[in-house]
Amino acid sequence: MNQPLMVTAAQKAGPTVTTLVGGLVLLVLLALPLLSLLPADSPFQVSAYTLTLVGKILCYAIVALALDLVWGYAGRLSLGHGLFFALGGYAMGMYLMRQASGDELPAFMTFLSWTELPWYWVGTQHFWWAMCLVVLAPGLLALVFGFFAFRSRIKGVYFSIMTQALTFAGMLLFFRNETGFGGNNGFTNFRSILGFGITEPGTRAALFFATVLLLVVSLFLGWKLARSKFGRVLTALRDAENRLMFCGYDPRGFKLFVWVLSAVLCGLAGALYVPQVGIINPGEMSPTNSIEAAVWVALGGRGTLIGPLLGAGVVNGMKSWFTVAFPEYWLFFLGALFIIVTLYLPKGVIGLLKKKADQ
Amino acid sequence: MLEPILDPNKDAGSSRDAISFGQRVEPGLNTRHGTILTLEDISVSFDGFKALNNLNLYIGVGELRCIIGPNGAGKTTMMDVITGKTRPSEGQAWFGETLDLRQMSEVQIAQAGIGRKFQKPTVFEALSVFENLELAQKTDKSVWASLRATLSGEQKDRIGEVLHTIRLSGSAHRPAGLLSHGQKQFLEIGMLLVQDPQLLLLDEPVAGMTDAETEFTAELFKSLAGKHSLMVVEHDMGFVGSIADHVTVLHQGSVLAEGSLEQVQADERVIEVYLGR
Ligand SMILES: Nc1ncnc2c1ncn2[C@@H]1O[C@H](COP(=O)(O)OP(=O)(O)O)[C@@H](O)[C@H]1O
Ligand SMILES: [Mg+2]
Repeated sequence: MNQPLMVTAAQKAGPTVTTLVGGLVLLVLLALPLLSLLPADSPFQVSAYTLTLVGKILCYAIVALALDLVWGYAGRLSLGHGLFFALGGYAMGMYLMRQASGDELPAFMTFLSWTELPWYWVGTQHFWWAMCLVVLAPGLLALVFGFFAFRSRIKGVYFSIMTQALTFAGMLLFFRNETGFGGNNGFTNFRSILGFGITEPGTRAALFFATVLLLVVSLFLGWKLARSKFGRVLTALRDAENRLMFCGYDPRGFKLFVWVLSAVLCGLAGALYVPQVGIINPGEMSPTNSIEAAVWVALGGRGTLIGPLLGAGVVNGMKSWFTVAFPEYWLFFLGALFIIVTLYLPKGVIGLLKKKADQ
Repeated sequence: MLEPILDPNKDAGSSRDAISFGQRVEPGLNTRHGTILTLEDISVSFDGFKALNNLNLYIGVGELRCIIGPNGAGKTTMMDVITGKTRPSEGQAWFGETLDLRQMSEVQIAQAGIGRKFQKPTVFEALSVFENLELAQKTDKSVWASLRATLSGEQKDRIGEVLHTIRLSGSAHRPAGLLSHGQKQFLEIGMLLVQDPQLLLLDEPVAGMTDAETEFTAELFKSLAGKHSLMVVEHDMGFVGSIADHVTVLHQGSVLAEGSLEQVQADERVIEVYLGR
């Protein structure tokens, strides 16, 4: 019976504390890209490595938030959100590849001795069209999948398995060279975006800003949704779908709306992720990636807005430390973390903080 | 799929499948012959077992009908058929004169004006009592409307009124999951009241209520009859006696007897299968 609103969770701790911490975090996030522009010998300079790492984690945080909208609020656990993220990333990658190759075909196509672009690459040299694809590719796939899944009232673990199968199928498809997305190497060696060098400090800082902006907008959207009657209908359908139908609501439309919205947010996050890390390959669609996203949400606290962000931050922060210190133990640690959260922290870290604040 | 299933204004009465939807077009419900619900020769079988067997039942407009019958008689199954949860293998089910319930989805049936209280009280536990009523309240229930919905003063007043009626004013902002069993029963009844359906189906509404609560519920139902039509399934004979002018006894999936409570209580067959136990 978790309260649907993070707001209510935070009210206990005092709204001022939450606003204060939130404001502080936002301030730091806005300062980071500016500090990265300082000369390298300045003691306050933030390295490109740090900026990229934090930017990457912010993208993951958006995915976690998007996943929580369908899992925490609407009660449908997706284990395939990595697919939507990767599709957004690939759409952006297509533009970056075209930028890098100029009038020529992208290098990997030349290797395959293709002489012309496949039809779905048409127009990808235009940034605006690539941005449309970033939204359309995950959005339409989610729409079609969701339409059939929700129409046949697939739920619970069956829904999760189907989403997992979907991302797995996507990965196998993108592994093939013939699919036209660079096979298992994917896209890399980007040069520029909108004419700016992709590794320029200024470009990095701008991409980072854009990511912070997307995160803030997603958070605002989620907050608006959770506070609206729509959000309450989602909670109702998570807990008692039959009752809701007998109240005269058609649950399908509600599920579909939040599902597509969630997929599009993931796609946008993926589109910002790719130019920052400089690579996209089918590995992003691997089932484990999507499962990891579910761990972030569970750890942070589902059904809240701040929980998933916290979870994504904490787990990925630990991951980047672990993979340097004890790379071979990360997956064991992740598994252990998941078990501990499931057994002892059903409401995640946010639930724990809330309990502390209540005492 | 994001629009309402049918536009009540556009599609009203255009064909049998595109029925006069939406709770707002009550005048669209055709009850010319004074019958709000017609069940004829309804049969339902589960793996060969006949839960309903050639059931015939008519409910008049404004009537308060009690359905009694031993456990397993098919009372809940009958409500499932009326609300579209279970499809009959045979027979006819009409709401008013023109709405074929067999062709309609659960949501369409609810929107057309049939409200239901489940045998096991089901409310939205994570939401507050007030929010439960807000969701149930009669209004446009499409996705777009829900995204923009704000409660008008009139709607708030109505919810306040119902909160008062079901005696939950003091718990308006408590999560519904924290209510007692009896309070949940009342909340679910309250949800039906704000939904304002023409036909109310109530499956064992006083189970788990104290005597005082039961008495109060009886008063409430009696005050609803006339404006609404009610079908109440109940085991509690005292309760049935206090509300119903007309009682139907169900047994093994069909109607065994019908009449006033005295009449059915005097019926030999009824005594045998039910009352005389
Ligand atoms: N989904 C189902 N599958 C199989 N049998 C069912 C199902 N639902 C009800 N039944 C059976 O149908 C009969 C009527 O059940 P029900 O309508 O719940 O009775 P009542 O509400 O009068 O106690 C019972 O014997 C019950 O076991
Ligand atoms: Mg029953």
